[in-house]
Amino acid sequence: MMELVCPAGTPAALRAAVDAGAHSVYCGFADETNARNFPGLNFSPDDMAQAVAYAHARGAKVLVAINTFPRAGAEPIWHRALSCAEQSGVDAVILADIGLLAHAAARHPKLRRHLSVQAAAANPDAINLYAEAFGVRRVVLPRVLTVEEISAINREVEVETEVFVFGGLCVMAEGRCSLSSYATGQSPNMNGVCSPAEHVAYSEEGHELAARLGGFTIHRTPKGAPAPYPTLCKGCFTSGPQTGHIFEDPVSLDATRLIPRLAKAGVSALKIEGRQRSRSYVAQVVRAFRAAVEAQAAGDPMPEGALARLTEGQAATTGAYAKRWR
Amino acid sequence: MDLTVGPNFFFWPSDTVREFYGRLSRTTVARVVLGELVCSKRLPFWQEEIPTAVEALIAAGKEVAVTSLALITLKRERNLTADLIDIGLPVEVNDLSALAHVPLGTPFWVGPLVNVYNEGTLNWLIRRGATRICLPPELPLASVAVLAKMGRDEGVAVEVWGHGRLPLAISGRCYHARLHDRAKDSCQFVCGDDPDGREVETLDGQPFLAVNGVQTLSQSTASVAHQVQVLREVGVAALRLSPQSKGFTTICDVWSQHLAGRLTAPELVAKLRPTAPAGRLSDGFLAGTVGAAWSGGRA
Repeated sequence: MMELVCPAGTPAALRAAVDAGAHSVYCGFADETNARNFPGLNFSPDDMAQAVAYAHARGAKVLVAINTFPRAGAEPIWHRALSCAEQSGVDAVILADIGLLAHAAARHPKLRRHLSVQAAAANPDAINLYAEAFGVRRVVLPRVLTVEEISAINREVEVETEVFVFGGLCVMAEGRCSLSSYATGQSPNMNGVCSPAEHVAYSEEGHELAARLGGFTIHRTPKGAPAPYPTLCKGCFTSGPQTGHIFEDPVSLDATRLIPRLAKAGVSALKIEGRQRSRSYVAQVVRAFRAAVEAQAAGDPMPEGALARLTEGQAATTGAYAKRWR
Repeated sequence: MDLTVGPNFFFWPSDTVREFYGRLSRTTVARVVLGELVCSKRLPFWQEEIPTAVEALIAAGKEVAVTSLALITLKRERNLTADLIDIGLPVEVNDLSALAHVPLGTPFWVGPLVNVYNEGTLNWLIRRGATRICLPPELPLASVAVLAKMGRDEGVAVEVWGHGRLPLAISGRCYHARLHDRAKDSCQFVCGDDPDGREVETLDGQPFLAVNGVQTLSQSTASVAHQVQVLREVGVAALRLSPQSKGFTTICDVWSQHLAGRLTAPELVAKLRPTAPAGRLSDGFLAGTVGAAWSGGRA
């Protein structure tokens, strides 16, 4: 069966994911070392040790994302996160930065290393380089590849591959985007946040609600209509005579129906985005995907539509997995 | 401190490319990185200009390197990358996978699209053979200071983004094609219509970004005109100037004059501003926090 890797922003969400059938749960410490550094989220060192005990007692694994790029002059913060993860008994760490990978390989050789999507390793040469140089055992593929390309990659690499199947969707190559810091000063790479809430301002103007990020208008919606969160790359902008969602519509990823093809493409693990989500959301999505991977393993058809109402703005896409998306 | 001209981001006709590098060879910049960075589909239309440009630049006494693509996914792109090393010039790595094709012991350069945020990464790249590293434009001055000092101690040149629209993101999706309701594979090379990228405004008419095929740039022209002194003090070896279609030799000339002490920072800014699209400059990544901000006053 394909491994189901599920998000947890809190210890409660982790327990909910494990109880709902997650094979693995990924989470991060409550600081700038992980790419979901939101207020009120994430794990203290004590939380992590307890989470590992809970998961291991039920046959599930815990993967810890330490996937921001350490700040020059402050690397010890990230190094301590690695030590703490190893002491907590986690099953793997998910890293993006070359320097941190080199440090982990030298100082924590027994701690299994996964390559974060934030490293955007998009071809076999990159993946093999990370495997050879840093002993990376699994790579989370960036969301710029088609299923055919993923299949071709798996024919040329020894390491496991993991792909996103549900949740928020980056349209840019991950870890290679500074749109958020251009508008707000805070970026995924440096601060572990994208389009952060403290830089969002809503303003009722006439019959519209304007949503601004760092003072830049991201979208305007009619009063009373559902307003999506103003994520920069999902905004509505104007270019010459055209106005619209120039980068991406406010959609989220749902690749449920591609699971059989992803399995055939040699993918080892399926990842669900959403460490910022509630435990009830996590539980629902995990249950649905556990059913889907079990159906896939049994050769049954994929369950349809179970997750439609959980997707952002009710619209879902298969993203880059279909070539036409480009 | 000297000047490096980075690869041209845009899709220009080959005549334009030829004239551009001809003029560039007559400026006083120290080195030039050229080649296709953004989209492999464009390369066949202008690649025959590369040897001519390299020859002219080397004859003019400039150091020359060839860039890798910024995002390498296709087999064809991997082969193209493997062939770069045979050109016999240093390769500037702008997608880490290009490094897989650089033999151990062969020196290489690292471009601004590789994530070099800290000492550990800089150290690993230096041990692997990097001799010149342009830091990501997103880095604040505090990080630049740490890394430039380390570069100086190790005898490796550390550059920063000096002047030009900022490369903010790269994608699998072509936004130029999307704006024309096309997919990337049937783009019909519409990015060639916009020699400096296609401007993107907010719904309130705020200038914001510019799209260039699969790349997203800032609308503003980033410029470190107000930070040259401090960058020198911390050991930055070069400033990177990024090509644009109009006024680029002027940009190179006034920057050279500034580094030689013949133009003050306010004079430099006064001469640079008319060359920037809509006259908008920014230096927030280096000087403050918000990338789009500008530390100088309005002209």
